[in-house]
Amino acid sequence: MTSRKVEILVGLFVVLTICAGLLLSMKVANQGASGQFETYVLYAKFDNIGGLKARSAVKVGGVTVGRVDSIKLNPEDFTPVVAMSISKEYDQFPETSSVSILTSGLLGEQYVGFQPGFVIDGIDNLAEGDFIEDTKSALVLEDLIGQFLFSKGS
Amino acid sequence: MEWLAQIGAVNLQRLSAFGRATLLLYGAVVAKPQLIKNTPLVLKQIYVVGVQSLLIIVVSGLFIGMVMALQGYTILTNYGAEGSLGPMVALSLLRELGPVVTALLFAGRAGSALTAEIGLMKATEQLSSLEMMAIDPLRRIIAPRFWAGVISMPMLALIFSAVGILGGHLVGVDWLGVDSGSYWSIMQSQVDWDKDVVNGIIKSIVFAVVITWIAVFKGYDAMPTSEGISKATTETVVFSSLAVLGLDFVLTALMFGIE
Repeated sequence: MTSRKVEILVGLFVVLTICAGLLLSMKVANQGASGQFETYVLYAKFDNIGGLKARSAVKVGGVTVGRVDSIKLNPEDFTPVVAMSISKEYDQFPETSSVSILTSGLLGEQYVGFQPGFVIDGIDNLAEGDFIEDTKSALVLEDLIGQFLFSKGS
Repeated sequence: MEWLAQIGAVNLQRLSAFGRATLLLYGAVVAKPQLIKNTPLVLKQIYVVGVQSLLIIVVSGLFIGMVMALQGYTILTNYGAEGSLGPMVALSLLRELGPVVTALLFAGRAGSALTAEIGLMKATEQLSSLEMMAIDPLRRIIAPRFWAGVISMPMLALIFSAVGILGGHLVGVDWLGVDSGSYWSIMQSQVDWDKDVVNGIIKSIVFAVVITWIAVFKGYDAMPTSEGISKATTETVVFSSLAVLGLDFVLTALMFGIE
């Protein structure tokens, strides 16, 4: 009978571990938030990406629609090119859309703010592999302070 | 000349102990494993080593999570960043405190018991009588205990982290009034499954192997006297705690160091 008790308690132990693992994977970690949905890739060229990283969010009006895939330097003109994978659910952004690099809060992490353009006849939607022309770079605080001091001095 | 000989003798002793420990591990685990036959024995040992450690793990996990939430809140609130309480508690538990504190508690609670048990078996010549009956004590006594430790400790570490995060929620959200939604959602955006959770599990598996190995070897290698057993038990706790803390630094540097 003791072995039966042992088996039951070990079973309980295993179940408890699985519960802990589930809690950690579902509630604590962002398990597979990207990659589950079908995505398409858009590119954007910036002058300066500030503190943007791979896996940063791409947001339209605060709603996350995708993530930054990779950040590379274009070897020809030395500007960073950001590849973003956007969920296929949102595939009707017009070509006049613009992107800018924003910061959530004063000290928060940086993300790509996506501003959809006007829908006008004769303008196509953005599709796989397109470049977004209209981009605004990240605000670099040191540059701003430098400009401020410079303008004070003159 | 005398002291030179002493240094040599001490180091030779250490080396030969390390060799014996490796032979023990090889004989118990690698050579001719009897998986199916030993399953009930392993189950029994998981009960002794794992299930009976649950209480101390759950209670200390709860309190460590609660204390971290309390300490973190008083500092974070200076910067108006109470929202970051969730990721702070979760990351420090998953990456460091979960595996390390569980390993230290496990060394004290289960490792010492393993050493004392095996040491006493040796002192009362139960191991020799097993050998007389043509039963290999390495496989009958050592292997199930080793596997039970290696299986149980990562499970305990996982439970420790989960309970700690719930304890942090208890203090941070229910008592101090951090918003429950931001506690979980900022935690989710900051904690990565592969980088944080899986690396923590890998850490705890490494610690489990080291602790159980030391505990089992110290018991098997103990002097068969009451003094010898007490010395072996002390050494188990001291050596495995030091090994855990040292290895933790190395593993952290490898996992979360410069990319």
